[in-house]
Amino acid sequence: MSAPDTDLQRLVGKPWKKPPFIQRNWLRWTLILGFFAYLVAAFMTIEVNWSRVYEGLERGKQFVLAFTSPDFTTRSGDIYEGMVESIVMTVAASVVGIGISIPIALGAARNVAPLPVYLICRSIIAISRALQEIIVAILLVAIFGFGPLAGFLTLSFATIGFLSKLLAEDIESMDRVQAEAIKASGARWSQWINYGVQPQVMPRLIGLSMYRIDINFRESAILGLVGAGGIGATLNTAFDRYEYDTAAAILLIIIVIVMALEYLSGIIRARVQ
Amino acid sequence: MLRLEKLVKTYKTGDQALKAVDLDIPEGQVLALIGPSGAGKSTLIRCINRLVEPTSGKVYLAGNELTELSAGALRKERRRMGMIFQEYALVERLTVMENVLSGRLGYVGFWRSFLRKYPQTDVDEAFRLLDRVGLAHMADKRADELSGGQRQRVGICRALIQDPALLLVDEPTASLDPKTSRQIMRLICELCKERGLAAIINIHDVALAQMFVQRVIGLRFGAIEFDGPPDALTPDVLTTIYGEEDWEATIEKIDGEDDEAAE
Repeated sequence: MSAPDTDLQRLVGKPWKKPPFIQRNWLRWTLILGFFAYLVAAFMTIEVNWSRVYEGLERGKQFVLAFTSPDFTTRSGDIYEGMVESIVMTVAASVVGIGISIPIALGAARNVAPLPVYLICRSIIAISRALQEIIVAILLVAIFGFGPLAGFLTLSFATIGFLSKLLAEDIESMDRVQAEAIKASGARWSQWINYGVQPQVMPRLIGLSMYRIDINFRESAILGLVGAGGIGATLNTAFDRYEYDTAAAILLIIIVIVMALEYLSGIIRARVQ
Repeated sequence: MLRLEKLVKTYKTGDQALKAVDLDIPEGQVLALIGPSGAGKSTLIRCINRLVEPTSGKVYLAGNELTELSAGALRKERRRMGMIFQEYALVERLTVMENVLSGRLGYVGFWRSFLRKYPQTDVDEAFRLLDRVGLAHMADKRADELSGGQRQRVGICRALIQDPALLLVDEPTASLDPKTSRQIMRLICELCKERGLAAIINIHDVALAQMFVQRVIGLRFGAIEFDGPPDALTPDVLTTIYGEEDWEATIEKIDGEDDEAAE
């Protein structure tokens, strides 16, 4: 007990500091200074054409002012059709996408699937995530022509990448012992998934699904811009005709629906905890 | 009933958790497995039902060799080995009844289990077992609403509804208070006696083990250091299993508790 005392003498009376995350001084300061230098340099390369901005302000003002007098009536037929198409696309793509995502998520969870299956499923997810919706939509519009079919396929494809990845991560972080107990009773694989895994990931699956429905609806408004059907097509037409008041009406409807979905998903997620 | 022959488990990291363990357990014997953390107790019982694959050696359950079995045959044999876990390992979001019935998964087909349409005999047996441990009124509660002691009782029901010949019990009392620990140990041992089950109970609490079991195995660094009746556990023996420490208090404590129980 006497040897540590001398060590203690050395330590007492001196301030204590948390050891830095990067131990080497020179490396730490190089990284910090390098980051700020890059940040300053990066900002300096962004060119701003101030006279163009000045001209644009007028157009921006019109756009914003249009929200004070949104026009729901003039194009009400087009808006209604576009809305119905968007909702159909959203629902169909979400159901199909989620349905395909679940088996892929199981395959992409290392603690459930054998290595070859895991690699295949992870590749599918990587491809789906690498290709942005707009790019997929342009390709599918080229194949299937204008209309909601291309949009539906695009959203289904995007849902797979999103939902499978996040669900697989939840499966991988589940409580291993609960699943082990089911296995120990002599359950077959399908029963093991149903009893040991599914109850653990169900709240997350429902929460993610609600979130994805929300995203799919918003995306359906964007996909119309490249011709893949839905309310986006109506919105695009309104912009092309400089009918900002109609565009404002459409945007307001989108905002209201997204907020309603957000509210609904909040309630559902609270209930399934 | 259960026989282990030269059972070896070497983990991928190179840690040798079990070094050629030989063990023979007769019908209906309740055995406590003691030893320091990391001695391989948990690995040993998991190698028996192959939740952990043994590296080499043989496991015989009632004459059937388990280590060479195919996946399907292993499932059939697992039905004969009920397992009880340290942190209860109930599926938290399922009801008490679903947890108990999950012990029948090895006997029913997928669709029956998926739709929760178990045979009436299974449901009756589940209620009988829950009633036996005093939890029949909790059947429709979710498992995460229960207290630790109640959860472990459900865990016991789940193991027993398998109609096992052997119970593998992994630290059943490690997360429970002293009183509940004793009640759970008593319950496990009573049920084993009633049904003539053999059991291997991993346990940290030496005094508790001595109170309830007929035979104690001491494991150290993956090898059996002691095999004998509970009253043969002397301070010297505990020192060989756990290392140097003042063991008198541990053993005296049991004597004191026995007096208490007698009063």
